[in-house]
Amino acid sequence: MAEAASIEQKVHKSAWQGSFKLVNVQRAITFAWMHVAEARLRTMIKWWGSMLSFGLGNPVLYLFSVGIGIGALVDSNGTNGQLGGVSYLAFLAPALLATAAIQACQDELSFPIMEGFLWDKTFFAMNATPIRGRDIMGGLLASAMVRTIFTTALYEAILLLFGAIELDAALPMFFTALLAGLAFGAGMMAASSYVKEDDGFFAIVGRFVVAPMFMFSGTFYPLESMPIYLQWIGWISPLWHGTDLGRILSYGQPQQAWVIASHWVYLTVWAAIGMTLAARKISQRLAA
Amino acid sequence: MNSSMSMQNMIEAKGLTKKYADFVAVDGIDFVVKRGEAFGLLGPNGAGKSTTMKMIASVSKRTGGELTILGKDPNKYGPEIRAHLGVVPQQDNLDRELKVHENLFSYGRFFGLSRKFLKGKVEELLEFAQLTEKRNSKAEELSGGMKRRLTIARGLVNEPEILMLDEPTTGLDPQARHILWDRLFRLKEQGVTLVITTHYMDEAEQLCDRLIVMDKGKIMAEGSPANLIREYSSKEVLEVRFGSSRNAEVAEQLKGIGDRIEILPDRILIYSENGEADLRTILTRGLDPVTSLVRRSSLEDVFLRLTGRTLVE
Repeated sequence: MAEAASIEQKVHKSAWQGSFKLVNVQRAITFAWMHVAEARLRTMIKWWGSMLSFGLGNPVLYLFSVGIGIGALVDSNGTNGQLGGVSYLAFLAPALLATAAIQACQDELSFPIMEGFLWDKTFFAMNATPIRGRDIMGGLLASAMVRTIFTTALYEAILLLFGAIELDAALPMFFTALLAGLAFGAGMMAASSYVKEDDGFFAIVGRFVVAPMFMFSGTFYPLESMPIYLQWIGWISPLWHGTDLGRILSYGQPQQAWVIASHWVYLTVWAAIGMTLAARKISQRLAA
Repeated sequence: MNSSMSMQNMIEAKGLTKKYADFVAVDGIDFVVKRGEAFGLLGPNGAGKSTTMKMIASVSKRTGGELTILGKDPNKYGPEIRAHLGVVPQQDNLDRELKVHENLFSYGRFFGLSRKFLKGKVEELLEFAQLTEKRNSKAEELSGGMKRRLTIARGLVNEPEILMLDEPTTGLDPQARHILWDRLFRLKEQGVTLVITTHYMDEAEQLCDRLIVMDKGKIMAEGSPANLIREYSSKEVLEVRFGSSRNAEVAEQLKGIGDRIEILPDRILIYSENGEADLRTILTRGLDPVTSLVRRSSLEDVFLRLTGRTLVE
């Protein structure tokens, strides 16, 4: 009994103020998306090890096996005239950098949406507070970008270490890779927000969208060297647009001005459409 | 918001309606919840309780009628209203990957509460939910009852003006239920308004000052538990059993006893002002029930009378 009494005392040690006094409503609404991002980061930090090895592992493997291994073969055969006269490694590096960014971003914008709507239903818990659907979208995207920034920066450091990119191109390339990540991530977020059942959607996307995109976006050879009936995969893929921008910045691959402009526009449009659709669908599902 | 603190009506619904494509979940209901009241929504599955709760929680938009919460229209001011609500959903939606104390902290941040304030508040809530020793466990490692307590504690982090509990004690053991009732009673004393749905009639009798019984989207009855029992049931209920094969045939001979007789497959219920006297009458008519029981009429009798005994799936 004595113990129970002391608990009661402690519980009531602070006076109940009531939410009218306690909650700054305007502030809560204004910063709602940041509170969502904060919550995501709190979870993410527990997984940083696997996130980094997942985010860097694959691209590093490609860097060694394809970039350095196959690169030696390509360069010694003297076929790199088609690559604009640069080493194969230099040709490949911008593609791998954009891929690393896209991987990190899309991973963070797919499974957390399943968790939020289906597994833990945490989005419904958030929505019981001042947080709205669009804040969830914004917070998820912001936290995904934090992960993308870390992964991309680390991977770029590795590329620099291997001399795959030039130091003075590093910063602009960093941003084009992030833009590619943002564009594809936002698209993935929109698609994920439509998933109503945990029925292997991501396995399908992985096999039939992400893998072909990786193979056919001018990643390993110039897009123009593919048959014309396959080139469209590159044209619609954010990876190709990001990669091409990276190549222009990295070693000055010649490109027409309108193509460069279309890269920027295309990636920005992807990001904008993805964000709009995701915000709308998430809000709809919360209110259903 | 300060002006609304003096406001007496926390929730006002007039002709409140929610229609989905081809089905009316809530069909034009009226009710008012006053400050400091414990208000109950009762009804069988599919009656429209949860839909009503979602509309009050300002997440689901009404399709007709009027609804005002804390003086505001939830269709327009959802986030502003939700800042002052505490919501305990039917299904726990904790973040399984976060630790117990992180779940409380993280949720408090959604209201924009400061880290400094939350540090103290989280400890207080851990004690409230008797989870202090489990503070560092992941939410997914908790037992069902503990998860429920954590969800309830989480709903209090912003010190809500209105606490909404959707079947709060489902899955709790009797000890935990009684502790929770005690805690809720204390919150009510502090002026918190409670809105509760429950399937447990004893819980509704214990907790609710006033309640509505819903069925098929409509309100069947409204009042305090005592008034509802007075209005829709008798003072006492006499339950007699003659064996399942004889109940129906004996019922003929019970005519005129009590206010109302209900024949069930396993027993006969006689709604009565004086059960003992009616039992004597039965015995003097030469009928000898296998078992007999006189009990006080309860909210459950009211509920079953209003919403029927047929199962709703």
